[in-house]
Amino acid sequence: MYRYTEFDRDFVRSRVAQFRAQVERRLDGSLTEEEFKPLRLMNGLYLQLHAYMLRVAIPYGTLSADQMRQLAMIAERWDKGYGHFTTRQNIQFNWPKLAAVPDILDALADVGMHAIQTSGNTIRNVTADHFAGAAADEVADPRPVAELIRQWSTDHPEFQFLPRKFKLAVTGSPEDRAVTAAHDIGLRLVRQDGELGAQVLVGGGLGRTPMIGKVLRDFLPLPDLLPYLEAIVATYNLLGRRDNKYKARIKITVHEHGLEEIRDLVEAEFPARKALFGGIDQEMLAAITAQFAPPAFETDAEGDVTAWYHADPVFRSFVDTNTAPHRAPGYAILTVSLKAPGETPGDATAEQMRVLADLAERYGHGELRISHEQNVILPHVPCRYLKAIHDALREAGLASANVGLVSDIIACPGMDYCALATARSIPVAQQIAKRFEELKLEHEIGPLKIKISGCINACGHHHVGHIGILGLDRAGVENYQITLGGDGGPDAVIGERAGPGFAYDEITDAIERLVLAYLDLRETPQETFLQVYNRTGSAPFRTALYDRDEDSADAA
Amino acid sequence: MPRPFTPKVLTANDLLLGDAVWLAPDGAWTRHMSEALLIEDQASADLHLLDAEARGHEVVGPYLADAQSGPHGPEPTHFRETFRTRGPSNRPHGKQQAA
Repeated sequence: MYRYTEFDRDFVRSRVAQFRAQVERRLDGSLTEEEFKPLRLMNGLYLQLHAYMLRVAIPYGTLSADQMRQLAMIAERWDKGYGHFTTRQNIQFNWPKLAAVPDILDALADVGMHAIQTSGNTIRNVTADHFAGAAADEVADPRPVAELIRQWSTDHPEFQFLPRKFKLAVTGSPEDRAVTAAHDIGLRLVRQDGELGAQVLVGGGLGRTPMIGKVLRDFLPLPDLLPYLEAIVATYNLLGRRDNKYKARIKITVHEHGLEEIRDLVEAEFPARKALFGGIDQEMLAAITAQFAPPAFETDAEGDVTAWYHADPVFRSFVDTNTAPHRAPGYAILTVSLKAPGETPGDATAEQMRVLADLAERYGHGELRISHEQNVILPHVPCRYLKAIHDALREAGLASANVGLVSDIIACPGMDYCALATARSIPVAQQIAKRFEELKLEHEIGPLKIKISGCINACGHHHVGHIGILGLDRAGVENYQITLGGDGGPDAVIGERAGPGFAYDEITDAIERLVLAYLDLRETPQETFLQVYNRTGSAPFRTALYDRDEDSADAA
Repeated sequence: MPRPFTPKVLTANDLLLGDAVWLAPDGAWTRHMSEALLIEDQASADLHLLDAEARGHEVVGPYLADAQSGPHGPEPTHFRETFRTRGPSNRPHGKQQAA
């Protein structure tokens, strides 16, 4: 794992000291809210519906056991005993008091963490495949590249006041578990004639105007990465619109100017940028890469897992659903679901965080990951420990065998917390998950991604959900629009709106009708919801949603 | 033609806690909407908002929210404001915790 250099440590500490002084000046009246707001946002501090909220970066989703324990300590000491993992691999604390935030930031700095650039019109926390460094299908570990980008983009003087926020994601696997096509810049590591490079996507994003990223460069050699990224962001910084917040993201710049013009401008900017780097970035990348060396994998890691697998059906279901193939023999990648039906998607209590930290330390080479799907991953687990881990997770309420299934729902905080939200998301997710738990159909239904956003900004990624739900305020009432057929994978697709929305107390029934319709329509048990949708189109699903008594569907 | 005035309360978030607060008839900030001042005309609404904007050492982001008179005092007319009177629906935190 990456360890802070002295430079990183000094920088983060000095930022905390700065912010401490800023908070003091706000409290003694020498700073107005107008003056203070941009300063707190630079440090990830928002004001939400009921309280302040601190958003802490978990760069490329990687955490050590010690870092997870510190998050638990912070949750207990300064919050209400839990934290919320987000779709951008951040953790949010929902109840910090303003005067305590500098102390929280100091506690984060103690373990090499911070909240810098988790807000504002800057380059945000760089996200990556949560199976990075572990996945059997990986071309290369994306995290050294992501860390290089983090160092380059942190406090980058040219890019502190971009037209709008700017999000990057990196995947090292053709499976693209990082939804790179929905980012301002998406990087997909690929090999060409033995050389490692990146396919560069630009102009993706969800929100008000959802767009799939377009390929700006099919193969960018790694030594060109930072100057090329700098050329893209510099081009956007000058060209991007500042007259209209809703047209300020690079997706709109690309859309309005066309990919060819953007490409020409970037290529024209590139040589001067490249000359400025002079190779120092490659020296840094080599040093960073060395820190991401894989752990010393055990030989004979499999142990007696097969016997347990055959003997215990609950354990078997857990292994089948929550593990993924690891690059090392006898190892598994284990996803721990934070989606127990009825619980809040992405929330973990301080006690659960400690259990996860202990399990990582004892059985998983001390590493943890946070996924954009709001789960926690133990990336390096010798299979002989899976049974012991499962037993410990059951005690902590973390053994739900539902990863990738209907109750593994992404949901943004919605109007239970967020000041921007137009409707609630969390209780909708809770109701849907509980409904399918009662129906006992989850494993029969198979892979299905439901994603819920509580406003048009789409933090819940609803556009790329197989079933997407968007909560809106329609004439003073919560109303939920359904989109169908979205896909966040390598061939990303924006879902299509199914029709009129549903009221809060109708949406769970509507989702149930959709899923039951799928079960009727599929030709084999292996045919997934998305495959059926792509085969049949939306018509039979619309029928399931709307062809009922007149009064059940809201005509809003 | 200007829209007819609907009754309002003046609300904001507490500077230290971030908690939702409302302007009470005595000019103090209350944590309970039922204790808020129900403002019945545009001119006093404007005045109260100006006054609140000058109290940035106490509160953040003051605004006027629609409200109606109820048996125990002012009540919200929109679900967002209703949520602000109690807290999140997924956990017993916020004002409902104290209640």
